[in-house]
Amino acid sequence: MLLRHTPTEIKERSALTVNPAKTCQPIGAMYAALGVHGCLPHSHGSQGCYAYHRSALTRHFKEPVVAATSAFTEGASVFGGQANLVQAIDNIFTVYNPEVIAVHTTCLSETIGDDVPQIVAKAKADGKVPEGKYVFHANTPSYVGSHVTGFANMTKAMVEYFAEANGLKSKTINLIPGYVEPADMAEIRRLATVMGITTIMFPDTAKVLNGPLTGKYKMFPEGGVTINELQKCGSSAGTVALGRIASMPAARALDAKCKVPCQILDLPIGLTATDAFVDTLRQTAGVSVPDAINLERGQLVDTISDWHQYLYGKRVAIVGDPDQVLALTRFLVGLDMRPVHIITGSPSGKKYEKSLRDAVARVPDAVNIRVPGDMLLFHQWLKNNPVDLIIGNTYAKYIAKDEDIPLVRYGFPIYDRMGHSYFSTMGYRGALRLMEKILDAILDRKDRDADDITMELVM
Amino acid sequence: MRKVAIYGKGGIGKSTTTQNTVAGLAEMGKKVMVVGCDPKADSTRLLLGGLAQRTVLDTLREEGEDVELEDVRKSGFGGTMCTESGGPEPGVGCAGRGIITSINLLEQLGAYANSEDLDYVFYDVLGDVVCGGFAMPIREGKAQEIYIVVSGEMMAMYAANNICKGIVKFAEAGGVRLGGLICNSRKVDNEMEMIQALADRLGTQMIHFVPRDNMVQRAEINRKTVIEYDSDHSQADEYRTLAKKIDANQLKVIPTPLPIEELESLLIEYGIAA
Repeated sequence: MLLRHTPTEIKERSALTVNPAKTCQPIGAMYAALGVHGCLPHSHGSQGCYAYHRSALTRHFKEPVVAATSAFTEGASVFGGQANLVQAIDNIFTVYNPEVIAVHTTCLSETIGDDVPQIVAKAKADGKVPEGKYVFHANTPSYVGSHVTGFANMTKAMVEYFAEANGLKSKTINLIPGYVEPADMAEIRRLATVMGITTIMFPDTAKVLNGPLTGKYKMFPEGGVTINELQKCGSSAGTVALGRIASMPAARALDAKCKVPCQILDLPIGLTATDAFVDTLRQTAGVSVPDAINLERGQLVDTISDWHQYLYGKRVAIVGDPDQVLALTRFLVGLDMRPVHIITGSPSGKKYEKSLRDAVARVPDAVNIRVPGDMLLFHQWLKNNPVDLIIGNTYAKYIAKDEDIPLVRYGFPIYDRMGHSYFSTMGYRGALRLMEKILDAILDRKDRDADDITMELVM
Repeated sequence: MRKVAIYGKGGIGKSTTTQNTVAGLAEMGKKVMVVGCDPKADSTRLLLGGLAQRTVLDTLREEGEDVELEDVRKSGFGGTMCTESGGPEPGVGCAGRGIITSINLLEQLGAYANSEDLDYVFYDVLGDVVCGGFAMPIREGKAQEIYIVVSGEMMAMYAANNICKGIVKFAEAGGVRLGGLICNSRKVDNEMEMIQALADRLGTQMIHFVPRDNMVQRAEINRKTVIEYDSDHSQADEYRTLAKKIDANQLKVIPTPLPIEELESLLIEYGIAA
């Protein structure tokens, strides 16, 4: 009972967050930057920042995460970080020789007011950026938004720095996958590829943060979107962006800069959202949906009807990142489950909160929603109105244990289970996997709780 | 749209000069927005007829992040749009970060959007460029044009020279340029000649010499610009002239700041020794 001091009585708090359901912007920015091929993320701040961000990503993906830092000291705080960053750019290209450096800022450099474009221009003028190499940047103050904001900012920066319109529209479709797992990015691309569509996906962390162990260390793994692709995405026929919070800013920026029309959809979690994704791809690229995809869809529909009786009416509490939480809520409501406590830690705006409320309009229970909320409030809601299942990241395990409620680990971070970076939860197949996890948790509990009289071979 | 930043030593009359000049531009039919970048939030007092403005940061603090443009922007004399960044009380917090936050917010809210149809944006910035936050208005994509308010007093000239050093740093990487010095006279001996000479050395121009007149103070105590308070007064015409000169100004340069010895010798040449 590690959380036994959590009070059941809920008091309104205005200035205190307990156990936040989010982390800071640079983590998202660093993750996005790793989805660019040959990219070294660079943290413009003190060493503690980047050490924590790297370790958070490493603990989640179980992969080495490379990054550099401006290593601010007292001097840099007083005089600004220009000297540090210029020196860092010089060292990085000399020692590690990446294709591109993605600079993100930190609370300290943001408060000092360092103007990164001006510093990078200085480094270029001083000849510190070799021919054919690039430096780009995103502002990521952690006192604004969350890790999802950082991801969105860095993805938008890819467009702002590299996308070019060459005047000719290609047939290529841009995919902006959102803050999802490497396996999810691979699955999103696979669906498009099976439909015969040429895509440019950014960022793309597949094969970067779920790569093989070969015995030979590669600092810059095979995967990732190339700078050449990022330049060409300005001439694509259209953009399909998944997740309003993580992907919309980049999609809108590309539309504004290069007149590439964009469609912004939910993450393709579950039947309806994947249908929307596949249908949008079909229309945007002007292709038909192949039988292979219809088969996957049919299998999902079959599974839903086979197992619906175990899902119907089950009360669920969801905590996670905004795009996942919204798409997942819609999926669960579609399965006739009842999401009753919903929290995202990321500030996502009133419009987002309204979408979430609309998504649960069919749920007969009173539904608690808080954007942004924290894990303490989530726990208090659970104490007052228990549920059958919790869906959340690893930090939700303490609540699940104390309240003795089954937990399906989903979202970021997952530090204590394997699978998330290899098995996607997107698309029709991903929905099967999600259902498998949900049903396992619910039915394992049913088996456990059954007494000798009610125990059956098939419950 | 032209984006203009006004800098200068504290107390030199930046806010007064800016608002009177903006009143002149408004009279010419220009649509102007004034962004006060000073925690004291007194950059729009004369245009609004008092400190009637709730600052961007106050609004942000009290209402959270869902702020509307109308919450932080008020309409003042001649249809000018007025906003104040605001900031922490003296001695606490970080005023520089406050300016970064509020300018970012104004951009997000679309205050500079084409649909606003602005001819001018004026940034009225506190005192010296003491930290990165106070350089926010002259970052890439923001103000392209800077005017420094100065007088014939040594410290004002010293500050002007120092600000030029800041401009050089940003000008080399981006598009920001110095448009000229505005001499706000303190009736120092040889003032006009001396500022003219300083402008020459800096590679710029003295765009206008604003004579000292108590009418400015009278208008100020009545919470009005001179143009509004006494439209026919000769001082009103001075500001109208300055507005016209800025409107027609083509000379925009990267300044060449002076070494301190040279600045001092300039003072001796025109000031004490003369």
